Amino acid sequence: MTAAPILKLEHLGVTFPNNPVFSDLNLTIRQGEVWSIIGKNGVGKTTLMRTLLHQLRPTQGKVTYLPSVNDVRIGYVPQFRNIDADYPLTIRDFVGLNLTGWKLPWLSAKERAKVQRILEQTGLTQLANRPIGQASGGEKQKAYLAQALVEAPNLLILDESTASLDPVTKTELLDLVTELNQRLNLTVLFVTHDIPMAQKYTHQYLMMTPGKIEQGPIAQLTDDKVWEGENV
Amino acid sequence: MFSYEFMRNAFAAGTIIAVICGIMGVFVIARNMSFLTHTLSEIGFSGAAFGVFAGWAPLNGMLLFTVVSSVIVGQLSARSERREAATSAISALFIGMGILFLSLANKNASYATSILFGSVIGISASDVRQMLWLSLVVLIVVFVLYRFLKFDSFDHTGARVKGLWTNALSITFLVLVALSVSVAAQIVGSLLIFILLTLPAATAKYFAHTVGGMMVLAIALALIGVWSGLTLSYMTNYPVSFFIAAIEAIFYFVALGWQRLQTAE
Repeated sequence: MTAAPILKLEHLGVTFPNNPVFSDLNLTIRQGEVWSIIGKNGVGKTTLMRTLLHQLRPTQGKVTYLPSVNDVRIGYVPQFRNIDADYPLTIRDFVGLNLTGWKLPWLSAKERAKVQRILEQTGLTQLANRPIGQASGGEKQKAYLAQALVEAPNLLILDESTASLDPVTKTELLDLVTELNQRLNLTVLFVTHDIPMAQKYTHQYLMMTPGKIEQGPIAQLTDDKVWEGENV
Repeated sequence: MFSYEFMRNAFAAGTIIAVICGIMGVFVIARNMSFLTHTLSEIGFSGAAFGVFAGWAPLNGMLLFTVVSSVIVGQLSARSERREAATSAISALFIGMGILFLSLANKNASYATSILFGSVIGISASDVRQMLWLSLVVLIVVFVLYRFLKFDSFDHTGARVKGLWTNALSITFLVLVALSVSVAAQIVGSLLIFILLTLPAATAKYFAHTVGGMMVLAIALALIGVWSGLTLSYMTNYPVSFFIAAIEAIFYFVALGWQRLQTAE
């Protein structure tokens, strides 16, 4: 049985003044799918992500979260966060930041248990009391992922999250994401330049090149297509 | 010392100021807004001078100017790349206006000095009550917005992605800083208020292990500075703002040295 669609883009386009970024993007993403969004710098990958996060209004077409916007919770993991190394913000505290709302300043016992569960799921239990500013690149990425997961998202966006990691840490992080995808049926959009990682960890691809957008099962992403995409 | 009413009032006011500055200072440091706080202090000077010119209490002039200008500063400097330039321009304009209002009010240099550097003997019981009410407003708003403010201050990227109304939060925070500046300037003066709004929290971040701990330590450091400053000022008859500035600066330099030692180990 085909999984239910979670996100639908219809004739989507974004144009900055005198600068069309992309246009006529049609895409349906189903629950549990793992997509790689690939393309050179400047083709509009980040613009697309900002549009999905409602930070940018599309100039053409529409973005529809199905069955309704309220049912889709998005977790976003960027490459960098601007966090001072001297802040006394532990990884546990950092993960809990995402539990906002009109509530008491301190976390309830239930919320603390939720943070603890996510720390365990992401392998951060031993590091929970380390200031996030002093964590390594891989530990920080895991903490960003944990923060995104604390609100139980069903759509996770990894925006070049692995770009600055060494190969071992990169594999460790993506293995963790794969496990979460399988266990929680989490839908994942993985924005990356790393084609071998995209081929190993994702099911579908969306390749953005100036004036052309291509998509399909990852097995169909041949070296020729990658070469063509990088040299447009 | 406590047999004098003005000293009792000064200690009550100082305690309120230390608590407010300790709490607000944590967010000021996390949001990298020390310079902006300094600007609001200068705007406070201008407001107090306007108050004198208009025949109001200086605190009311300060409140008017700092609150209105914090909204303008917030709008102008929502984008961080132009924050410094916008802040400098506003700062220059308001210092000039402060001097103009003092001149128009025909007040002498000693009056300007008391606005700029504060005064212990000028605090009445009704001033303390007004400061208490204003401080309660600040505390209640911080309590209600605490989770949003903490997220936006310590992880602005995360807060934006989450869809928090970060611009509105930023302006609300500036208004709270404006209220705190107006309250605290009563003792340490408008020129030195940023000391209490920045140094205790900046020192605390090197010793605390959590944000809550940073807040408690910042309050404690501000209290030590204010109480010791008032006591030393009473004993020596030298300005209280000098002692508070010196104590908080010493704490900060000790913290920096301690941090350097920790890094070297």
